[in-house]
Amino acid sequence: MAQNEENNGHLPKNQKKLNPNVAMVLSILLAGLGQIYNKRYMKGISFIILEIAFILATFDFLWLGLWGITTLGTIPGVDHSIYLLVYGIVSLLLLALAAIFYVFNVIDAKKQAQKINDGWVIPSIKQSLKNLYDKAFPYIMTAPGLVLLIFTVVFPLLFAIALAFTNYDLYNSPPRNLVEWIGFGNFMDLATVPIWQDTFASVFVWTIVWTIVATSFQIVVGLILAVLVNDKRVKFKKTIRTILILPWAVPAFVSILIFAAMFNDEFGAINRDIIIPLIGGNGLPWLTDPFYTKIVLIMIQTWLGYPFVFALFSGVLQSISSEWYEAAEVDGATRWQKFRNITLPHVLFATAPLLIIQYTTNFNNFNIIYLFNEGGPAVQGQNAGGTDILISWVYKLTFETNDYSMAAAISLIIGLMVSIFAIFQFRRTKSFKEEGNI
Amino acid sequence: MSPKLKSNLELLGIYAIFAFMSVIIIYPIIWALGMSLNPGNSLYSATIIPENWSFEHYKWLFTDPNSNYLLWYKNSMIVSGSTAVLSVIMTSFVAYSFSRYNFVGRKSGLYTFLILQMFPVMMAMVALYIFLHLIGLLDSLTGLILIYIGSQIPFNAWLVKGYLDTIPRGLDEAARIDGAGHFTVFIKIIMPLAKPILAVVALFNFMTPLFDFILPSIVLRSPENFTIALGLFNFINDQFSNNFTRFAAGAILIAIPVAIIYLFLQRFLISGLTAGGTKG
Repeated sequence: MAQNEENNGHLPKNQKKLNPNVAMVLSILLAGLGQIYNKRYMKGISFIILEIAFILATFDFLWLGLWGITTLGTIPGVDHSIYLLVYGIVSLLLLALAAIFYVFNVIDAKKQAQKINDGWVIPSIKQSLKNLYDKAFPYIMTAPGLVLLIFTVVFPLLFAIALAFTNYDLYNSPPRNLVEWIGFGNFMDLATVPIWQDTFASVFVWTIVWTIVATSFQIVVGLILAVLVNDKRVKFKKTIRTILILPWAVPAFVSILIFAAMFNDEFGAINRDIIIPLIGGNGLPWLTDPFYTKIVLIMIQTWLGYPFVFALFSGVLQSISSEWYEAAEVDGATRWQKFRNITLPHVLFATAPLLIIQYTTNFNNFNIIYLFNEGGPAVQGQNAGGTDILISWVYKLTFETNDYSMAAAISLIIGLMVSIFAIFQFRRTKSFKEEGNI
Repeated sequence: MSPKLKSNLELLGIYAIFAFMSVIIIYPIIWALGMSLNPGNSLYSATIIPENWSFEHYKWLFTDPNSNYLLWYKNSMIVSGSTAVLSVIMTSFVAYSFSRYNFVGRKSGLYTFLILQMFPVMMAMVALYIFLHLIGLLDSLTGLILIYIGSQIPFNAWLVKGYLDTIPRGLDEAARIDGAGHFTVFIKIIMPLAKPILAVVALFNFMTPLFDFILPSIVLRSPENFTIALGLFNFINDQFSNNFTRFAAGAILIAIPVAIIYLFLQRFLISGLTAGGTKG
């Protein structure tokens, strides 16, 4: 960019040397002053106008927001703590935006003073507008998406984080009562109060077991079927593939509710048409015994999830060159060795990031848990159902018992675990990038 | 045992596995179809092969004055259609910038997307609820659409960016030399070449809202604003055994077209995912 501009300008005339530090200090005092010092009057004036407009337009709101987020209101019945918290977060976001602009302005003032000293000639207004457009283009393109992202993802996440440190629940709920900051109180409760402690421990353990077992089943079943269909001797490959992919094509929402009806203890098809005629008795308590519900949930998730993995693996298997296997046969490799050393590395290498996403998806797979049995059956001595995973427990705390702050605290723990996983995944993808150049 | 016999036995085993899987896959589907053809509302008296089958439930969905089925269908089409179109536009804008331009904040932006895509929207549902309430978009399809579009950006921006990275830069540079501006290059060069991945994004964003149940259940309150998934769920939520047959009829009507579309497009979907996804 800088080189282009140098070519556009004329030969540098003798010019009074500018002091970059003065430009920097001036721009810190008031955005735009540094630019005026650099003799870029249009730019400087528009910066000053922008800054004043920002202060005038948002001062009252920022003041209210910052006051609100620190105190969460002082008069019960008048101050609405939650709205104040929302204003506070929006104010912080606005301030962050302003700060970025301000830092940009300071750096810009200093850099330009240096460039002018080095003989760079200030381009005409038309030229600078064009340069501005070139530079701003990627920002203009990302702006709509970014704004939406901030309001639908970033802001709600910040709000949830803030809530985790308050005591917002059914009893402390505005407008009648005020909400207060209680620091790590919710987390302390989770660790020390017996009912929270027990519930958290059992839900947490089941969430981990669920994630690992259900996802691994999905992958293993998908892999086995993909390898079997890929066998040279198998005929009607296309028909078999289509049938095996069906569970993916049927909307999961519909399949889960159908399964829920099929496994109904009293009049479900499984008990009535299979278990009782074959084994006798009164059928198995699929929906009323947590143990059976867990087994069924894992089976259903396998049913729902394997076709995606199967389709993914089938694609990769077809692309493995047959030369690999021929060479292995010459060396007298057994079938297991061929699978272990040729098929598996190929398949995993190409699909690892997508497989990792399968695990994170199941970790937060609210739909199946809630739609199948609403996290039930209920268990004595804890306030979550027997098959609730963390995310469905959060849902219940929020919408059934209105324990908002505790729900937010648990969300935060979920978020923390997910972030750790994200970092792990990121390192994986990075290493993939380097190896991918073969 | 001769090698030939061994091979045949093996093959028999493989086919046996396929047969077993086919039963497991097809049985629930046939069962639901059977239920939907049973007259009466009770699951108890319903059988998989109805003795006197009828289309009574299908008729009810379309003709009964109490049925909102067509209204839900319309709502779902509005939500899914707008989400798909607007998502493609916004995502491709973002992905193009991240793929082709080197600007301040690019790298941190990419990291942020990577981490944000891991957080479920569910985590922030209280906030979304209060926020929509605050700006008056609670119980409206617009609010729902905005959340869908916003929350898909991190994942899909990565997906599309990965795909755009595979389009040779020489093409844009050649166009630039011929005097094309930033936007012209985007519309005339990049967009046509990125069609396959954009189709994947459009399909995902059409299907996700269609069968999402949780977000609509938080955002939408009045039955005339329900999407199809929420409406169907309410058939069985209140009195489970009473309306299952009707639910089955409504569910089958929406599941069949979707299943057919998926079966046709699955190869396409997979190639799109692996092309963009493994690039990181």
